[in-house]
Amino acid sequence: MKQFNETILEVKNLQTHFFTDEGTSKAVDGISFTLNKGETLGIVGESGSGKSITSLSLLRLIPSPPGKIAGGSILFKGEDLLAKTEKQMRSIRGNEISMIFQEPMTSLNPVYSAGEQIAEAIRLHQKLGKKEAWAKAVDMLRLVGIPSPEKRAKQEPHELSGGMRQRVMIAMALACHPEVLIADEPTTALDVTIQAQILELIKTLQKDFGTAVILITHDLGVVYETCDRVAVMYAGKMVEYTLAKEIFTNPKHPYTIGLLNSLPRLDLDQEELTTIPGTVPSPYDMPKGCSFAPRCAHAKPICEQAVPDLESVGPDTEVSCWMYTPQWDKEYEAEEKVGVQ
Amino acid sequence: MFVFIVRRILQTIPVLLGVSLVVFLIMQMVPGDPATLLAGEGATKETIAMIRHQLGLDRPILYQYVDYVIHAVQGDFGQSLRSSRPVLDEIMVRLPITLELALASIFITVVLGMVAGIISATRQYSAADISIMIVALLGISLPSFWLGLMLIYFFSVNLQWFPVSGWGTISHMILPAITLGAGGAAIVARMTRSSMLEVVRQDYIRTAKAKGLKEHVIIYKHGLKNALIPVITVVGLQFGALLGGTVLTESVFAINGLGRLIVDAIRTRDLPMVQGGVLIASVIFVFMNLAVDILYRYFNKRIDLN
Repeated sequence: MKQFNETILEVKNLQTHFFTDEGTSKAVDGISFTLNKGETLGIVGESGSGKSITSLSLLRLIPSPPGKIAGGSILFKGEDLLAKTEKQMRSIRGNEISMIFQEPMTSLNPVYSAGEQIAEAIRLHQKLGKKEAWAKAVDMLRLVGIPSPEKRAKQEPHELSGGMRQRVMIAMALACHPEVLIADEPTTALDVTIQAQILELIKTLQKDFGTAVILITHDLGVVYETCDRVAVMYAGKMVEYTLAKEIFTNPKHPYTIGLLNSLPRLDLDQEELTTIPGTVPSPYDMPKGCSFAPRCAHAKPICEQAVPDLESVGPDTEVSCWMYTPQWDKEYEAEEKVGVQ
Repeated sequence: MFVFIVRRILQTIPVLLGVSLVVFLIMQMVPGDPATLLAGEGATKETIAMIRHQLGLDRPILYQYVDYVIHAVQGDFGQSLRSSRPVLDEIMVRLPITLELALASIFITVVLGMVAGIISATRQYSAADISIMIVALLGISLPSFWLGLMLIYFFSVNLQWFPVSGWGTISHMILPAITLGAGGAAIVARMTRSSMLEVVRQDYIRTAKAKGLKEHVIIYKHGLKNALIPVITVVGLQFGALLGGTVLTESVFAINGLGRLIVDAIRTRDLPMVQGGVLIASVIFVFMNLAVDILYRYFNKRIDLN
C-alpha cells in the first residue's frame, strides 16, 4: 500500500443545489472527502447520483443560474476555493487543477486544431510564446502516445478518433502539470480496448507527474484497476467512503453491496443480471430519511425517519447506514419484541 | 478548393440558361406588345408590323431565344428598345449604384445584426436583450417600402438630417441601406442570438472554461466562430432577398440603380433590357452564393466541398 501523507484537497460538507421552477434539487448534499498527493480517489455512483456535479463544483464550473454552491468548503492546499475571486479561480483551472470530460467527441472545439487547443492552455498559464507553446503541445501529444504528433497537432478534432481525442484532452489537462486531475468518466464513451489504454495512460502519467487524481466513474472495474480509495455516492450523498480494495472484499452499505451484486459474473451461469429494485428518487422529492431506504431490503422504520450520518466503522471505512449504528440494534430488538419480522 | 470553385462556376452556366429561358418566356406571355408600345397611340397596323419585323419579333420564339443566347454569350445583350443604346452599356451605368447600395445594406445586415445578436446572447433576458429582440421583431415584420417611407418622413422631411432621394454621397446611402438591410439585420440578430446560446451550452465551452480562459476569450474565440456557421447560411439567403429588395428600395428613394432600370424596362416591355438586367443580377447572385459557400468552408472545416 502506498503512503499518502500530504493532503492536497479537502472537501468539507459540499452542497451544490439547483434552483429550478420545479423546486430545489440538492444535487450534491453534504459531501466530504480528502485527497492526498499522488493518490487516486474514485467517486462511483449511478447516473444522477451527483458525482459529475461534485467534480464540476470543485472547479466552480457549475452553470449558474440555476446551480449554486450553497455551502461547505473546498480547501486546496489549505485555501478555500469557494472564497477565491473568479480571477484567482482562472489561474487555478487548467493549471493547478485540470479536468477531462466524459465526451471526447464533443469536448474539443471543432474549429481549432488539436495542437492549438493544447497550446492555448500552455500560453495562458506558462506565459510562453506561440512557438514554444506549440512545441510543448507537440511534446505533450507525443507523451500521451499519439503517433506522428507534429502532424496530428495540426489536425482538427473531426480528423481524430475518439480514443485519440481523449488523449488530446489528457494532453491538454496535463500540459501545465496540475497537482489535481479530475477525470469525469474519461473512458465511458470509448471502446473497451481503448478504455484500458486510456486508464493505463492516466496511471502512468500520474506516476510521472505525481498528480492526484479524482476519477469519476460508474464502472467498479475501473475503480479496482486504478483507485486507492473510493467514495460511493447515492442521490447526492456519500454513502460509503473506504479503501478501493475494501469495497470488493468487505462492502458495507446495502447500496454498495447492490452495486457489486449487479456486476456481471463470468464464474456464474447467469440467466439474468442482478439489479437493485426500484429507481433513484426524484431530486425534487427526496425521502425524509435515508434516500436509499425505499430500495433497501434491510430498511426499517428508522431508515425512513432520519438520515444516518457518515460514521467510521473501521480504520479506513466510513459508512452512512443505520445498520451500523447502536440505534439499529435497539430498533431491531424492539421489533423482535412485538414479533414483526 | 480550386476544383470546387471551377466546378461551381461551370454550374452557373445551366442556371443562367434556365434563368434567361424563364425570363424570356414570361416576357412572351405577359400582355402588351413592345412594337405597339413603341409605335405609340394611333399607329397603323402596317407600322406596328414593320416595327415587329425590324425587332425580329415576327420570328419563331425558339429562334429568337437561341439568337439571343448566342449574342449574349459574346457580351451582346442587344439594344434597348426605348433608348436604342446597347443594353450592357445602360446596365454598366446603373450597376455600380446598385452594388454600392447592396454592399452598404449587407454591412448593416452583418455588422448590426451580429453585434446585436451577441449583445443579446451574452446578456440573455436583460433589458438590452429584450429591447433588441423587440426591435428585431419589428425589423422582420415591417415591409421595407413602408420602413423606407417612414425613414424619409422622419429623418429627411421632419429632421432634415438626410436627403430625401437620389444617390452620390454617404448621406444619400444611409437611409436606403437601413431600409434594405433592416430585415436581414433583424434575422441575423435573432439567428446569432439563438446560435450563440446554443453554442455556449456545448461541451467544448466547458472545456475552455476548465482551461482557465477568460469569459470574453471563451465567447469570442471558442463560441463565436462556431456560432457563426448557421449565421452565414442566413446571411447567404439574405443575399437573394437583397437583390429583390434593391428594386423596391431604389423605387422608394428614387435611386437610378439596376433595380429601377429593370422595373422601368418591364413597364415599357423593353424585352432586351429586362433580359439583360435579370441575367446580370443572376450572375451576381450566383457568385455571392459561391462566396458564401467558400466562407462556410473557412468557418467549418468539417464541410467537404467536394
